[in-house]
Amino acid sequence: MTELLLIAFVVVLVGMVAAIAIVGSRRRARRRGQVSRSSAPPLQAPAVPKVAPPPQSAPLAEAPPAIEPAEAPPVERVEPAEAPPVEEEISPKKRFRDRLARARGTFSSALSSMLSRKAIDEETWEDLEEALVRCDVGIDLTQQILQDLEARAKAEGVKDPDGIITLLKDELESLLAGQDRSLVANGDSLTTWLMVGVNGVGKTTTIAKLAKRNVDAGKSVVLAAGDTFRAAAAEQLQVWGERTGAEVIRGQEGADPASVVYDATDAARARHADLLIVDTAGRLHTKVNLMEELKKVRRVIEKAGGGLTETLLVIDATTGQNGLSQARQFSEAVDVTGIVLTKLDGSARGGIVVAVERELGIPVKLVGLGEGASDLMEFEPRYFVDALFE
Amino acid sequence: MFDSLSDRLQGIFGRLRSRGRLSEKDVDAVLREVRVALLEADVNFKVAKSLVARVKDRAVGEDLSKSLDPAQQVIKIVHEELINTLGTSAVKLKMASHPPTRLLLAGLQGSGKTTTAGKLAVFMRKAGHRPLLVACDLQRPAAIEQLRTIGRQVDIPVYSIDPPGDPVQVARDALEHARNMGNDVMIVDTAGRLAIDEALMTEMAEIRQAIDPEAVLLVVDAMTGQDAVGVAEEFVTRVGVDGVILSKLDGDARGGAAISVREVTGAPIYFAGLGEKLGEFDVFHPDRMAGRILGMGDVLTLIEKAEQEFDVEQAKAMEEKIRKAAFDLEDFLGQLQKVKKMGSMTQLLGMLPGIPGIGKINADDFDEAEFGKVEAIIRSMTAEERRKPAIIKGSRRRRIAKGSGTTPADVNMLLRQFGEVQKMMKQFAGVGRKGKRRRMMMPDFPALPE
Ligand SMILES: Nc1nc2c(ncn2[C@@H]2O[C@H](COP(=O)(O)OP(=O)(O)O)[C@@H](O)[C@H]2O)c(=O)[nH]1
Ligand SMILES: [Mg+2]
Repeated sequence: MTELLLIAFVVVLVGMVAAIAIVGSRRRARRRGQVSRSSAPPLQAPAVPKVAPPPQSAPLAEAPPAIEPAEAPPVERVEPAEAPPVEEEISPKKRFRDRLARARGTFSSALSSMLSRKAIDEETWEDLEEALVRCDVGIDLTQQILQDLEARAKAEGVKDPDGIITLLKDELESLLAGQDRSLVANGDSLTTWLMVGVNGVGKTTTIAKLAKRNVDAGKSVVLAAGDTFRAAAAEQLQVWGERTGAEVIRGQEGADPASVVYDATDAARARHADLLIVDTAGRLHTKVNLMEELKKVRRVIEKAGGGLTETLLVIDATTGQNGLSQARQFSEAVDVTGIVLTKLDGSARGGIVVAVERELGIPVKLVGLGEGASDLMEFEPRYFVDALFE
Repeated sequence: MFDSLSDRLQGIFGRLRSRGRLSEKDVDAVLREVRVALLEADVNFKVAKSLVARVKDRAVGEDLSKSLDPAQQVIKIVHEELINTLGTSAVKLKMASHPPTRLLLAGLQGSGKTTTAGKLAVFMRKAGHRPLLVACDLQRPAAIEQLRTIGRQVDIPVYSIDPPGDPVQVARDALEHARNMGNDVMIVDTAGRLAIDEALMTEMAEIRQAIDPEAVLLVVDAMTGQDAVGVAEEFVTRVGVDGVILSKLDGDARGGAAISVREVTGAPIYFAGLGEKLGEFDVFHPDRMAGRILGMGDVLTLIEKAEQEFDVEQAKAMEEKIRKAAFDLEDFLGQLQKVKKMGSMTQLLGMLPGIPGIGKINADDFDEAEFGKVEAIIRSMTAEERRKPAIIKGSRRRRIAKGSGTTPADVNMLLRQFGEVQKMMKQFAGVGRKGKRRRMMMPDFPALPE
């Protein structure tokens, strides 16, 4: 009887899916119409944007007007400014490790019990599975990785736990290999980077970090306070602007983010800024209307000649399997070019990005390792994988 | 949902059924699937293990092979175990015998403490209290301003100190202030902190000592993965946790972290945050959460309703049509009628799990009236047109638009989208991605009793 019921249920579901698909896309189409209508006359005569008082630390006037000398090719790889001089001597790897060192402990237990065994047996594989799952790699991908690993171990005649771990690291690294992780900038005109992500992942803080490294590298940086929703979000960005020496362009709380971003793009161009970084309100990827709003922000940047080269999705290292869903939906909406993995200084390992890279091919470009403006690093597969297993 | 536990189990039991009995090995295979489902929902590794062990005990005890529908039986057991872990019913916060009741929020950076503080205050006021919000996040830039703004928005007083000094002192002064002002509830927002941050965890413990709260409430993001356990454990040992609030449940995360945290802390989950607005907050319902973790939505209710509206013969016929992609507008209209009888669309959507390819649909995004329009258009078609929408061209289209009070463009859009739906149905009946045959909508049904 329950089976018959189940069929009935499926039919309802399908009926509903049909209804939903029809009604849903009708609504979307309508909304699209509205959006393009309202943005057609794009913010006539860009009103004088509400410019925040200039930061005291690094007067913008002194910043060179262009990123690079005139001969620079139109698109270049910006080698993101290195860590500030004080920390220069410490190698990036060491720094990565140091930041992560205090988070160690919980994880190693799975592998240490494994290392204490002499041969590879059923339990070895269980330990490895546990280790990967506990990093949030996800059970599906974990099982695929272990299958490949088992085949490789057999083929290469690896028989000791130590050797297996080396192989596993290798396997993971090769999963992450071959990606271009550099941040792209325009050589001779304004470059815009757009930050997106769900609520509280660290978008604004990451913007501060990016602002700092670029200001330190002598570039003039403008920040657009595109989060007009969350209480005091613009103030937060403002504080960071003052601390890092970047100019912040903001609108009213509750204003249309697209119009604030339009004004900011305009202002950045007028000031011949090198880099504009656009903050956006955190939004769950499941909210259709908010994702539409984000698309509009992206369109506005392009329309206003912002020279958008990067749309960075910020993912919090504590995120579980939902990270995949986030990456999928944001990508679909605004064509994400890279991931920033934040809060890796905690005990979470951020293994979900392995699944994201693998499934969607979006490279992880940066890693957040703390709340300060210099706690940002390039993503290095090798360090990341090492950190998983230390 | 069919990519979830019930799908996996139906598959296994379909195979087992033909053999007639369940061996120990079969049961293990089933339990492996249960475990995978839990892990996919972000239930912590260790917690999943102990849950599976409990399910196994019961499955063996209840002798699944004797059950008419072992798959449903296993799901029922898992569901019950999840509820047992989550708590069997919604719980209420205890109030202090000598007001003010002090509630201290704790959690990682970005878990949603400040918004939650505002929501909790609104909730408390609705329950007849006079809450005071206290800004003790002196870490994140503009965090105090954020809480002040929230306070202004909902007209609830916020205690803060300018310039910010020591959060322990702020908490202590706020308590004094609440007493003086007659606030009977005081909600303290604190800085987000990593569980491994010595200094900040010590500070948290000091705040606790200073105000001796009725409850330390750990705010946990519903999207949290395996680390939820580690974090909860640290907060329990360093500060103590009396209750949990689950935030950002309005997304499509399965929310296995709820199980993990609950099992580790033993503290009840009091509330759930369901949106960005300050009113989007409710007491936590363990049963709904259990269904969600299993990817079932509130399926039980839905099945009940479906049972009232659908008879089996018709259902079988429909299924056949869908399989053959012969589902036309006439059928669609019929289904729509029935579905509508089951309740309002938005109500039904709320019960549904995510739909493959579409995801969890936000009921708020829906406009009930749109359904009326769709219906009107189809009703204005002749029977032939409903069966063969391709013949609808110029004059027919105008006639239909006129008859339904819509525009020819509306009619067009409906037709185009129905075409897409038909394509979708073909896919549902067809293959999935990555070579692995992954059915999206149409599970293989166990053989029907003749
Ligand atoms: N420990 C740690 N905290 C971070 C990191 N990045 C951001 N945060 C914190 O996470 C919280 C939310 O960050 P915010 O930038 O406001 O997130 P947004 O809502 O995405 O803009 C703040 O408390 C930040 O200080 C990081 O890499 N490590
Ligand atoms: Mg922000």
